[in-house]
Amino acid sequence: MASVKRIQRIKFGLLSPKEIRRMSATKIITADTYDDDGFPIDMGLMDPRLGVINPGLRCKTCGGRIGECPGHFGHIELVAPVIHVGFAKWILKILRATCRKCGHLLFDEMTKKEYLDQIKSLNKLGQLTDDVVKEVFKNATKIRVCPYCEERQKEIAFEKPSMYIEEGHKLMPADIRDRFERIPDEDVEIFGMDPRNARPEWMILTVLPVPPVNTRPSITLESGQRSEDDLTHKLVDIIRINQRFQENTGAGAPQLIIEDLWELLQYHVTTFMDNEVSGVPPARHRSGRPLKTLSQRLRGKEGRFRGSLSGKRVNFSARTVISPDPNLNIDEVGVPLKIAQEMTITMNVTPQNIKKCKEYVRRGPDNHPGANYVKRGDGRRVKITEHNCEELAEMLEPGWSIDRQLMEGDIVLFNRQPSLHRMSIMAHNVKIMPDKTFRIHPSVCPPYNADFDGDEMNLHVPQTEEARADARTLMKVEENMLSPRFGGPIIGGIHDHISGTFILTRGRKLFDKSTALNMLRKSDTKDLTMPVETINEQPYWTGKQIFSCVLPEGLDVTYEAKMCENCEACKKEKCEKDAYVKIRNGELLCGTIDENGIGAFKGKILDRICKSYGVTEGRKFLENATQLAIRAIMHFGFSFGIDDGDIPRETQNQISSVMVDVKGRVDRLIEAYKAEELEPLPGRTVDETIEMKIMQELGKARDLSGSIAGKHLGHNNSAVIMAISGSRGSMLNLTQMAACVGQQSVRGERITRGYEGRTLPHFERGDLKADARGFVTSSYKKGLSPTEFFFHAIGGREGLVDTAVRTSQSGYLQRRLINALQDLDVKYDGTVRDTTGQIIQFEYGEDGVDPAKSDYGKSVNVRKIIENITGKEVV
Amino acid sequence: MKKISVIDHELVPEHIVLSERDVKSLLAKHHISVGELPKIKISDPVIKEIGASAGDVIKIIRNSHTAGKAIVYRLVID
Ligand SMILES: [Mg+2]
Ligand SMILES: [Zn+2]
Ligand SMILES: [Zn+2]
Ligand SMILES: [Zn+2]
Repeated sequence: MASVKRIQRIKFGLLSPKEIRRMSATKIITADTYDDDGFPIDMGLMDPRLGVINPGLRCKTCGGRIGECPGHFGHIELVAPVIHVGFAKWILKILRATCRKCGHLLFDEMTKKEYLDQIKSLNKLGQLTDDVVKEVFKNATKIRVCPYCEERQKEIAFEKPSMYIEEGHKLMPADIRDRFERIPDEDVEIFGMDPRNARPEWMILTVLPVPPVNTRPSITLESGQRSEDDLTHKLVDIIRINQRFQENTGAGAPQLIIEDLWELLQYHVTTFMDNEVSGVPPARHRSGRPLKTLSQRLRGKEGRFRGSLSGKRVNFSARTVISPDPNLNIDEVGVPLKIAQEMTITMNVTPQNIKKCKEYVRRGPDNHPGANYVKRGDGRRVKITEHNCEELAEMLEPGWSIDRQLMEGDIVLFNRQPSLHRMSIMAHNVKIMPDKTFRIHPSVCPPYNADFDGDEMNLHVPQTEEARADARTLMKVEENMLSPRFGGPIIGGIHDHISGTFILTRGRKLFDKSTALNMLRKSDTKDLTMPVETINEQPYWTGKQIFSCVLPEGLDVTYEAKMCENCEACKKEKCEKDAYVKIRNGELLCGTIDENGIGAFKGKILDRICKSYGVTEGRKFLENATQLAIRAIMHFGFSFGIDDGDIPRETQNQISSVMVDVKGRVDRLIEAYKAEELEPLPGRTVDETIEMKIMQELGKARDLSGSIAGKHLGHNNSAVIMAISGSRGSMLNLTQMAACVGQQSVRGERITRGYEGRTLPHFERGDLKADARGFVTSSYKKGLSPTEFFFHAIGGREGLVDTAVRTSQSGYLQRRLINALQDLDVKYDGTVRDTTGQIIQFEYGEDGVDPAKSDYGKSVNVRKIIENITGKEVV
Repeated sequence: MKKISVIDHELVPEHIVLSERDVKSLLAKHHISVGELPKIKISDPVIKEIGASAGDVIKIIRNSHTAGKAIVYRLVID
């Protein structure tokens, strides 16, 4: 066992040829790998000194077995130097900044000293020298004559990936290396390099390190054939060309042939380092597949860094697509049977549970809920099959353990990325289901920010009793109903739940007994109260009464519904919109239940129940209310088709005339502006004023056309119901569909960019009219004209770019905040401390209030308390 | 030039040097040593002005969004 060592520092540098030879276990001279008997050839690419890959053998260098030997580098002596592609840009910079004859950096002594001082002080402070170095190269390149030897400097052109041409004459890597060798150490420092660890000439390879065999193991195929790693293939190419080069130079071949071979060697070394260099055709396998060489192993999402080191994969987890199931409980997750049979929980066999354990083992792996493995007392793991399950079940005894399959009622953690807040990982109870997707109740979509357009989620099975207890007490869905962000419910009804309760409770709808009971069928409820009416000797109940059945007894809530238009004098119970919600003793007396009642983020009833009756009661209420809502919406039927946005000719004409009117008004504004009669608004120029006034007119016109269309569509239109109940969409969406899309904007202004003085060649220069500056008169339903469509695309693009930029910026900000705060915690005395016990806050949040337990951020709801005690309403 | 006192600025909260007895009870209340208190540099303009010395504990009374008034303590360090 090697001793544990602590890393003190890491230094980066270039490998010098000397260093490469020093660390090399052997020189590699032959491109062959194995001889006819299958033994690795000495000084070949699979030389046994490079490490062991066959079990049972010992390393010829370190004597270690497989797993002990870290592998050892070899080396290839290149016949001619080649450029290291990774440094091609640096080589160019250094070539341009140094004298072609004497190798000095082209600055005079004074300037050099200045830069060197700057770099040294930055290094001392531990700051980056990048900016200074950049300036060094920029300024040195400008100097045309060497101040030391008076040599005139020539222009050097660079051709990707590694060709340097000095005024028509190609620079060979050997020439470049000679020049770099002449650069004095002091000058190297001014490039921001440490000459002891990185001399510029080391960027040009004369010796190539050969990676250990551990990093490029050969695989023996089923047919007995050996298949070599891509890196080995590449090294074979390099050695072959190197040999041919050697032979040709030895034989005194013509310059042309030598140059060709040199280029070929350069190509192979380049693709060995990086097989995706632009301008270099990638080296391919015989099958045509591009080879995966060094940088391909490291780079990108699947590379060593992002794929193997930062990316952590864990056991006991599953991932699949999610889909909705409104019949589940909110704290359940539907797990496909196939997944449940793969995922296990380890049970330690005790005298108390041995009977159960035996039962699981007896069922075997294919008979859910069964078991997949047993671990015997001696620690040996045995896979359970349908053949050995009976036998194993008989042998089972305390001290063994079994890996039992996931089953109904188990607790699991459910997660959707990006995990931005704690509600992104919640604990659910397992419900085994057929098919292949995870099923969740639609109400938990808001905390996960999930939808069902192909979203995938992860599931983790806690493996210890402590983990399961933590999950049950801290992470259950109901424990997360109230958000610590704003102290209100983050889980609540969405979409159809809100439309459903809205339709059910609005006005005074009557339902007969069977309808009423059918709606309440899936809800766990109180009894129906007395029917309000009897028609033809049949009892009838109102929708409000039916909804009251799911409200807990004794609940008192009063609030304004989403519909409320904030009339100056609220008519309270007599509100003709039925927007004043009053619940007394668990009875909905008046008002319509909409987003402000049961919706996520806003649901007042939900909030009150969670805070007064506890989160479990809150969860049950939400389950019952959503079940009722779904059944209610099914009773009425709810759909929206293209003809639901139809507007009769007459109303259309009304809207067109609004458009004609506003265009006239805009024209008059423009005339006034041109005649210089327009009064500027305070603090604005005339140009700004005209823009503002036009925008104002156009905005008004769109709103007017929207309200004309809305009036026609009426309160029974599905889209209108969705908009006013808050379940989906807004009146603006409806206006745009049915009446007028309105002004398109870029950065809050009308569209002005495009051609000289105009947005499109269709318009005159300086045209300020509505349609020349991106006003879309048409509705989505009618369809947009080509110019309108173009403006709409401009406005739409801005929206897309904005969201893309915002998410990346806020994501980074969030990361920084989390990294700064992750180790702080609130101690039992209410102080916030870091891991060393240092006090950060004397009282958490200065007031010591847990925002998740607060009333929308306030520690106490005084009004509520007074109402509770006095039983009177506080105005 | 007229000397301006930072203490007079409305954004600067009140700083008070704690008596030895109060320090003792503060430390006892939180079961901590002075080292676990938040710090304030002796070069801080307010500390310079009220003339506290290293090792003193300062009581700062701030306005707070959540609590109205919030009291924090800081140890003066070099
Ligand atoms: Mg999605
Ligand atoms: Zn070894
Ligand atoms: Zn020179
Ligand atoms: Zn009202």
